Amino acid sequence: MSLIPRRLRLLHRLARRNPPLVMPWTLNRMGLLNMNARNGDYIMRYNQRKFYPLVDDKLQTKRLAIDAGIAVPELYGVIEIEYQVRDLEKIIGDHKDFVIKPAQGSGGNGIMVISGRRGVKYIKSSGIIISAGDVEHFVSNVLSGMYSLGGLPDKAIIEYRVKPHSIFDPVSYQGVPDIRTIVFRGLPIASMVRLPTRQSDGKANLHQGAIGAGIDICTGRTVDGVWFDRVLDEHPDTGNSINGIEIPDWQMQMELAARSYDLTQLGYLGVDIVLDRDLGPLVLEYNARPGLNIQIANQAGLLERLKKVEALTKIPKSASERVELAMELVAKTGNFKSKSAAA
Amino acid sequence: MKNLHLYVLALALTIVGASLCAYKVNRLGLPLSPTEQTEVWTAEATLTFNGRGRSAKVELTTPSQPPGFSVLDEDYISSSFGLATEKEDQNNRALWAAREVRGRQTLYYRIVVTEDREENRKRTTPKPDYPAVPDYPEPERSAVFSLLADVRSESADISSFTRELLQRFNDPTPDEDVNLLREASTDELERVREIRHILAGARIPTRIIYVLRMEDRLREGGLMPWIEVYDDKEWIAFNPKTGARGIPKDILVWQVGDKPLVSVKGANPAEVKFSIARSSREILSVAQQRARLIDSSVLEFSLFSLPIATQNVYRILLTVPIGAFVVVLLRNFVGLKTFGTFMPILIALAFRETKLLWGIILFSTLVAIGVLLRFYLERLKLLLVPRLASVLIIVILLMAGVSVLSLKLGFQNGLSIALFPMVILAMTIERMSLTWDESGAREALTAGLGSLFVASLGYVVMNNEWIGYLVFVFPELLLVLLAITLLMGRYTGYRLSELRRFRSVVPPGGIK
Repeated sequence: MSLIPRRLRLLHRLARRNPPLVMPWTLNRMGLLNMNARNGDYIMRYNQRKFYPLVDDKLQTKRLAIDAGIAVPELYGVIEIEYQVRDLEKIIGDHKDFVIKPAQGSGGNGIMVISGRRGVKYIKSSGIIISAGDVEHFVSNVLSGMYSLGGLPDKAIIEYRVKPHSIFDPVSYQGVPDIRTIVFRGLPIASMVRLPTRQSDGKANLHQGAIGAGIDICTGRTVDGVWFDRVLDEHPDTGNSINGIEIPDWQMQMELAARSYDLTQLGYLGVDIVLDRDLGPLVLEYNARPGLNIQIANQAGLLERLKKVEALTKIPKSASERVELAMELVAKTGNFKSKSAAA
Repeated sequence: MKNLHLYVLALALTIVGASLCAYKVNRLGLPLSPTEQTEVWTAEATLTFNGRGRSAKVELTTPSQPPGFSVLDEDYISSSFGLATEKEDQNNRALWAAREVRGRQTLYYRIVVTEDREENRKRTTPKPDYPAVPDYPEPERSAVFSLLADVRSESADISSFTRELLQRFNDPTPDEDVNLLREASTDELERVREIRHILAGARIPTRIIYVLRMEDRLREGGLMPWIEVYDDKEWIAFNPKTGARGIPKDILVWQVGDKPLVSVKGANPAEVKFSIARSSREILSVAQQRARLIDSSVLEFSLFSLPIATQNVYRILLTVPIGAFVVVLLRNFVGLKTFGTFMPILIALAFRETKLLWGIILFSTLVAIGVLLRFYLERLKLLLVPRLASVLIIVILLMAGVSVLSLKLGFQNGLSIALFPMVILAMTIERMSLTWDESGAREALTAGLGSLFVASLGYVVMNNEWIGYLVFVFPELLLVLLAITLLMGRYTGYRLSELRRFRSVVPPGGIK
């Protein structure tokens, strides 16, 4: 490499870059699900409207999950009306750290993570110290519907702050990585882990700059990551390799995701799971309209898997059988990017 | 088929919309573009007569459904006379009457017509009896029969018989028989009557019609007697001078039958003069008038029946579906991001008043200032609704400020800002600053520019003169638009933006 002049190397790299637009038939051959088809062919067909409130309202989701024996972050309390904001201290009680979020928030907005206390002040996960008044104002904003779907008045949930599993420490910058799985007709067919970066401000949100790393469903091992439009194999902040991380309790996580289908009745479902250092996998939230970025993170389209599952005439009742079936189907599609193909 | 129901529905909507539109274009003659012009003729009959100081009645025959023309308007100018009109099968009549008529009187009748080939139907009524062979005196008798025999030998049917007869009768070097027959008649009318008389010898039913030649700027013209023969199916007109068959485009049949054109009782006989003028009018107004006269219920229930002020509202409202269509196109096919789904259309409507360039400048300025102030309000930690209200108040103050300032600076355009939907502005500001906070400046600016682009394109399309005309005159075309929109609702292909979004998935160098 060193023999090639610098400028030529740059040209070489440019030539290898993707063109600004891809032809639709190329995407089609790769089986990439698009927004219109997701809405028209999957969400509208498999997700009944009446089940939406179950997942749009995180409080309802949490209560349902607890009833079904699915592990979720512990609920400390709920503030429903402005008057109750003064009870905030009481709800927090002795908890040193906690999370406040809107029950019907969207896109990960309006989540405040308090990681500790200093006297009467609170320390945000980013290290910024804020007063009790700031926290109360935040709760008021949540109640007024500032972060919620359609701007409707909302409730504020105060819950356990997840302590991220150490496996992700080398590849995340603050925040908590979460694992998003697409569950179609009860079969977990694709997964990715979203790793916070400095740019995403510790948030696990891809369009804000988090890295999405695809996970091989069959092995629970990560493949390359995608940061904005770029494919990369190391974390931009820590420099550690993203590729090949083996996620603990993978089988259990898959079953957790599969069981979520029985709970929500949604045929096309996004399940967000976090891996707690002490408590293991916890379901953070469900999404009735999961995004398409998981395809970019996996460098693979969803369509082939979706079609295979659609062709199934019978779906097994038990979650573990469904996981097994999903792994079988995905293994057969075999459209996983191996490391050599990326180079 | 997966979407059969949808396809059938879309097809049905398209058929209904398109056929209604086709009916309007073909039957009612509504033009497909707003500037098409057509020729209209105004023929005016002027009656002059002298009164005798006592009650008088004047009767004038007027055209009734003249072949080849459609009547757009009729006018009677009758000064002190009372007017009654009568509609009959063949002719209409205007009846003027007055108690005491003294001195020179003038009455006018005016008819406005336009050429209309649809009106050129066959005239079959009334079905006449076959005339008896007249008892011609000698030597006329032998002349008629010899002429008829000659003609008969050189003709096949009634039509060719008549033409042949007319040609012989008009021959510049006539034979003896024709000469004899021609001598009897001195003026044109006499000649036509003579021809009828001769044709009766062959038992051919005939009648006289009076026609007017449509000649621009004709003054003091008169009617010409023509002849029509009945060939067992329909009445066929002939020019008695040339023998030419049929009614040419420039001939208006004023009266059918040999009754006098005008009759006056209680006053001296009237003189009738005709004058003609040609002008051009928009086809649209011609078609409207015509539809009113032929009692078409389609136009009766059209938007034209509404008061003008309401019509003008619908002229704007009916373009909104076009704007919605543009939004569907840009969001579901291109994949542009906007604030709110149909907010850009409302902005586009506001651009109507400010015009595009000024609209964009004013809108961007207001939103920019609004977002800055909204960031300041953020520090005051206000709750959502009061904050929205504050932004709204600020927006209105800003609008007033811009109006006053631009007037002082001499820009008239700044005044039109008052028509900006301020609630939309306030919402845009709020949405923009929220997006800015949550997803960053890039996302906010993308959606802001997206909204502005959709609004601009919507404005251009919605304000296209031709499109505006089409949806107003043919609102049924919106059914076709609905059908297309329904079909687009099942488009599950890639959006243009996704071709870029997913490009990193494709391995460099393409796929095998």
